[in-house]
Amino acid sequence: MPDRLTPLLRPGGALVVLAVIAVFPLVFTNPTATNFGVVTLIFVAVCSAWNLFSGFSGYLSLGHAVFYGTGAYFLVVAANDWHVSGSAVFLLLPLAGIVAAIIAVPLGLVALRVRRHTFVVITIAFFFIAQLSASNLGVTGGSSGAIVPVPGNWSPATYNNPFYYMALIIAAATVALCWQVRRSRFGLQLRAIRDDEDRAAGLGVRAMPVKLTALVISAFITGMAGALWVYFIGEAFPQFVFDPLFDLAVVLMAFFGGLGTIAGPVLGALILEPTQLWLNLQQSNEYESQILFGALFLVVILFLPRGVLPTGAEYASALRARLLRRRGDQPAVPAQADAQTQADAQAAGSAS
Amino acid sequence: MGSQIAQAIAAGILGGGVYALMAAGLTLVFGVLDIINVAQGILVVLGAYLSYVLSVHLHIDLLLGLLITVPAMFVIGVVIYWLFIRPLRGAERTSMTLLACFAVALIIEGVLYREFGSNYVSLKASYISSSVHVLGFYLPDIYLIGFALAVVAIGALYLVLYRTTFGRTIRATMQNQTAARLIGIDVNRVAALTFGIGTAVTAIGGMVYGAISGGFTPNSGYDLISRLLAIVILAGMGSIGGALVAAVFMTTAEALVDIWQPDWSVAVFYLALVIILTIRPTGLFGRRAARAQ
Repeated sequence: MPDRLTPLLRPGGALVVLAVIAVFPLVFTNPTATNFGVVTLIFVAVCSAWNLFSGFSGYLSLGHAVFYGTGAYFLVVAANDWHVSGSAVFLLLPLAGIVAAIIAVPLGLVALRVRRHTFVVITIAFFFIAQLSASNLGVTGGSSGAIVPVPGNWSPATYNNPFYYMALIIAAATVALCWQVRRSRFGLQLRAIRDDEDRAAGLGVRAMPVKLTALVISAFITGMAGALWVYFIGEAFPQFVFDPLFDLAVVLMAFFGGLGTIAGPVLGALILEPTQLWLNLQQSNEYESQILFGALFLVVILFLPRGVLPTGAEYASALRARLLRRRGDQPAVPAQADAQTQADAQAAGSAS
Repeated sequence: MGSQIAQAIAAGILGGGVYALMAAGLTLVFGVLDIINVAQGILVVLGAYLSYVLSVHLHIDLLLGLLITVPAMFVIGVVIYWLFIRPLRGAERTSMTLLACFAVALIIEGVLYREFGSNYVSLKASYISSSVHVLGFYLPDIYLIGFALAVVAIGALYLVLYRTTFGRTIRATMQNQTAARLIGIDVNRVAALTFGIGTAVTAIGGMVYGAISGGFTPNSGYDLISRLLAIVILAGMGSIGGALVAAVFMTTAEALVDIWQPDWSVAVFYLALVIILTIRPTGLFGRRAARAQ
C-alpha cells in the first residue's frame, strides 16, 4: 500500500518542512525566536555534515569543533584584515569552508589510519591542540578574544533575517547533499566501510580516499557554519569557539534523531537545539542545563540507542501489534498482526 | 640552567608516577571492558574535591582521608558501570559507551560546579608547602609522597593482577571474553569490579593532583583527560606497563619544555601522540594491530 505513495510523500514532506522554515521569521518576528532559529539552522547544517562523515562511515568524530572553530577564526581574521563588512562578509563563508577543508586533509591522513576508540581519542586530541593554539596564537587575539565588525546599518527589527536565510541555504544544501551522497556509489562505499572496512577494502573500495573525501566535505560545511555563527554572535573567545560541548551536542543530536539517516540529524537538531537554548534562558546557572543535558544524553543512549525515528517506529508497531492481538481472540488475527509488524519494521528499516 | 633542567626532570619523573597511576586505571578498564572511560579526568577532580571536603570540613588529614575516598570512589565506579555501561550492548557498543562516559562526566562536572563554584581551590597540608633539599635543588615533599603513593598503588595493582585468582580472572577476561565466560568466569562481575578499581585509583590521583597542581576547578577534568588519553594511546591501549613508561616520558618532556615555553608545554603531549601514531598506529607497546572495526 505505501509503496506507490512514499516516493512522492517524502520529497513532498521535505518541501513542506522547508516552506514552513522559510516563512518562520516572517510570522515570528520576535528577535528571540529568530535568534533561536539561526542557531538551530546552523546546527542542522553541522549535524547533517557530521552525519555525512561519522554517521555514514562509522568513524565517530569528537573533533568537528576544530573545523567549526577554524572557519570561525578565519572569518574573524579575514573580515578584520580585509576590512569586509555588511553582507559582503557572507562571501567569505565559502572561503572559510575551504580553509577548514584544507585543515581536514592532514588531520584525516593521521587520524584515519586508526579505527574505533583510537580514532575518537585522536579527534579529541586534535580538538585540544586547536583550543590550545587559539588561546596562545596572536592571530586569534588569544584568550582576550576577537571582535567581528558589526553590520552597522541593518535594521534592528529584521537584524536576524539575513543570518537566518544564510543558515537556511547552508542547511538545505547540506541535507540535499547528504541525500545525494546516500544514493550514490560513494555513499555505498562509505557504508561498506562502516559495516566492515577490511571486507570493503577486499572488495575493491579504496578506503582511505573515500573516508578522507567524506571528512573533507564534512569539514567544509562545518567551517562555513562556524564562520556564519561567529559573524552572528559577533565575538570570538577560544573557549567558546572551540567548545567540547559543541562536539557532544552535535553527536547527541545525530544519535537522538537516528545515526546514519538523512532526516534523523535534522530532526535531532530541530528538537534539541531550541530545547537547549530555552533551558539556558530558563536557568540562571549554566551548570543546571549542563546536568540536564548530560542526563538527556544518557536517556537517549540507554533507551533510544538507534535514535527517535527508528526506535520510535519499532515501539509504535509493537504497540499496534499488541493492541490488535488483544482486540480479537480469533487465531487468524495474531498472524495478521505479525505480518503488519514485519511490514512496519521493513518500512522503518528502509526509512532509516 | 643545569639545576633547572635537573629539577624539571626530577619533577617530571615524580609527577609522572601519579599520571601513570591514573592512566593505569584507564587502560585496565579499556583492556577488560573494551571501553574508554572519558570520565576518568572528572573522576580525578571528584576525588580531589572529596579530599578537599574531608580536610576542610571534617579536618581529616589528606593521607588519612584516602582510607575513605578510595572506597568511596570504588563504589562510585561500580555504580556508574552498573547503571550506565552494563546495559549497553550490540554493534554500536564502542561508541555508545564512550558517549555514555562523556555524559556521566558532564553530569559530574555540573554537580561539582553547583556544589563548589568555578573558583580555584587547593588542598592544604604541612607536607604540601614544605620541601626537601636534594642535590642542589628543592623538591616539594608532596612530589615524593605522591610518587611513593603511586608506586605502592601500582605495586598493589600488579600483585592483584598477577598473584590472585581474581587477577587471573581479570587477565583471562582481557585476553578473551567469550572463553572466560565459557570456563565459568562471571564476566559482568569482573567488569564491574575492574571499573571500580579503575575509578578507585582516581581518589589517590585526585588527592595528589589537587596538591601538586596548585589549584583546581571542575573544569580541570578536560585538561586531565586529554593528558591521560594521550598517555594511554601513546603507550598502546591496554598496556599497563606501557602506560607507566609513557606517563613518565610525557610529564618529563612537558616539564622540560615548560622551562622555555610555558604556554606551549601541554602541546608536547599531543605532538608526541600525533608523531608516534603516524609512525606506529598501535602505539609504543600496543598488543596487536588495530582490531577490526
